[in-house]
Amino acid sequence: MFNFALRRFLIAIPTLLIISLVIFMLLEAAPGDPLGDVPLTVPPDVKEKMRAALGLDSAWYVRYFLWMKQFFWVEPLNLVDYVWGTDYAKGMQRVISFQSRQPVMQIIAERVPQTLTVVGMSYLIGVSIALPIGIYSAYRQYSWFDQIGTLVSMIGFSVPTFFSGVVLIIVFAVKLHWFPSIYDTTHRVTDWASFLKQVRQMAMPVMVLSLYNAAQISRFMRSSMLDNLNQDYVRTARAKGLTERVVVLVHVLRNSLIPVVTVIALGVPTIFGGAIITEQVFKVNGLGQQLITSIHSNDLPMVMTLTFIFAILIVTFNLIADLLYGILDPRIRYD
Amino acid sequence: MPDGAQAVLHVEGLKTVFKVRGGEVHAVNSVSFDIKPSELLGVVGESGSGKSVTMMSLLGLLPSPPAEVREGRVMFDGRDLLKCSPKELREVRGLGVGFIFQDPMTSLNPVFTIGFQLMEPLRRHLGMNKTEARKRAQELLELVNIPDAGQRLGDYPHQFSGGMRQRVMIAIALACDPKVLIADEPTTALDVTIQAQILELIRELRQKLGMAIVWITHDLGVIAGIADRVMVMYGGQIVEQAPVRELFAHPRHPYTRALLKTVPSVLGKRAAKLNVIEGQPPMLIETPASCPFRPRCVHAVERCARENPLRRPVGNGHDVACFRDFDASGAVT
Repeated sequence: MFNFALRRFLIAIPTLLIISLVIFMLLEAAPGDPLGDVPLTVPPDVKEKMRAALGLDSAWYVRYFLWMKQFFWVEPLNLVDYVWGTDYAKGMQRVISFQSRQPVMQIIAERVPQTLTVVGMSYLIGVSIALPIGIYSAYRQYSWFDQIGTLVSMIGFSVPTFFSGVVLIIVFAVKLHWFPSIYDTTHRVTDWASFLKQVRQMAMPVMVLSLYNAAQISRFMRSSMLDNLNQDYVRTARAKGLTERVVVLVHVLRNSLIPVVTVIALGVPTIFGGAIITEQVFKVNGLGQQLITSIHSNDLPMVMTLTFIFAILIVTFNLIADLLYGILDPRIRYD
Repeated sequence: MPDGAQAVLHVEGLKTVFKVRGGEVHAVNSVSFDIKPSELLGVVGESGSGKSVTMMSLLGLLPSPPAEVREGRVMFDGRDLLKCSPKELREVRGLGVGFIFQDPMTSLNPVFTIGFQLMEPLRRHLGMNKTEARKRAQELLELVNIPDAGQRLGDYPHQFSGGMRQRVMIAIALACDPKVLIADEPTTALDVTIQAQILELIRELRQKLGMAIVWITHDLGVIAGIADRVMVMYGGQIVEQAPVRELFAHPRHPYTRALLKTVPSVLGKRAAKLNVIEGQPPMLIETPASCPFRPRCVHAVERCARENPLRRPVGNGHDVACFRDFDASGAVT
């Protein structure tokens, strides 16, 4: 197991390097000019100087290796400095956003909490309601509960979040005035009242996203349970005189969870990726929203860094999913 | 076989129906039989003859829906199992009646250790704590001749071979010392040498523990070697029942006779073709009103189409559901 994990980890390094190069080349090939918004009245020679100031005059490989150096060396040093108060990274060039001239990592660090609270919470809620629904739907297949569950998952799955989000805003914010329609990022939880306000402003985006997540995962859970409910070992468990509760929640569930846990683990990177559309609808300025605005304004270092971080997360959680598989299923041995 | 002893399990007029799209399948029709203490009852018949369904019906192990046990009485320990609540039935399963299933590869839960699966019935029915159950589990594995039993409790099913897994299944079925053991084709999925070992083990365990065994199979050779008494099933009913020597010496029912003829002989000249029973088993979409074997029977008469023959005793503890009589040579008398 340890050897397998180590081998996979070592393979992940070249994989990520290739991904970074591919992302860089794609951004290079994409149309658009970071200086496109500069007024036409600015003389061309000044514009050239601005371009040089952004480092855009050098060849692509120079810029790529500079970015690599900044991302893999300067930024970690900055993190070390930040945590332990040292100053190893003093005077080194960080990855700077074209748009705001701020270090990219600083902007990301500002936005991660919003994304994690809203999107992370919705994933957590989505998973914790999806599992019981999936289990019960499978156990009582074709019952009214299962039929309604199927209908709701269909809706959750097929109605886009920009539609369900707007419907929720109309119903709960405009008509009923229960929840605010705009998420206030500057709000700080200090006491009970401010906590309630935080819950209220999170309610709608979390509802929209957890419906979507629950729809997906409850379907996985249901079909995985159905695969196992008719297995021979279930009959053996019943023949031993075990209660239905033990048969279903111990014998069948343990087997059914193996594929579902990996699906859940593979879904975690999407939390960090943010829900681009939902964040837009509710004005949650999280990572997804940042990515969209950066793409619009051709903020290459920002887009490059964010996309690469998502790539790291996806590779990492793939690895975690594989390891979980090995832990949950004794038949799988990574030797 | 101790004659005249009180039956441990008494089944009367059992009837099981499967509800399917567009109708019903009458899988078990008016099946009645007894099992006496420490007797080994063999049940033979071709696929779909209702052998397994009959035994599953006894303890409500069939998925319902689609299955429905419609009529009958199953007397065990002084009560009717068909009238028991699910809770009472669970007390009987594993404790009073043990089950072994056909495919040892899939009948054990792949993600739990053998020890866990073996200790489950012990802790549930006998209220043992972990240490007691572990000790007993080890004894059980030793009982079914699994070497290094203490070590192997922590192993998973995939670490065992097919024959070893079937031994584990037997150990689980015997965990709570049941009065009746129902073995549903326990050797069908195993190769012949392993099959012989399992049969040997069952013989040995019978002598040690003395439980009654119902042995379902379609292998007449196995039956001849192990059973005390044989029931032949066809089309969801018992067509013939006799002590094992009597049945092989004087088969009465045309189906049994045909079945015995299909067994290839190892002596003499090799037959060019295997003997088969022509035709298909019946579909059973309703309660049979005529003899179910009639379309394939060479001796059928007009009466066979009018009524379904009841089992009638013909002496020596032998009974048969056929209107016609045959002498030892097989000619109609």
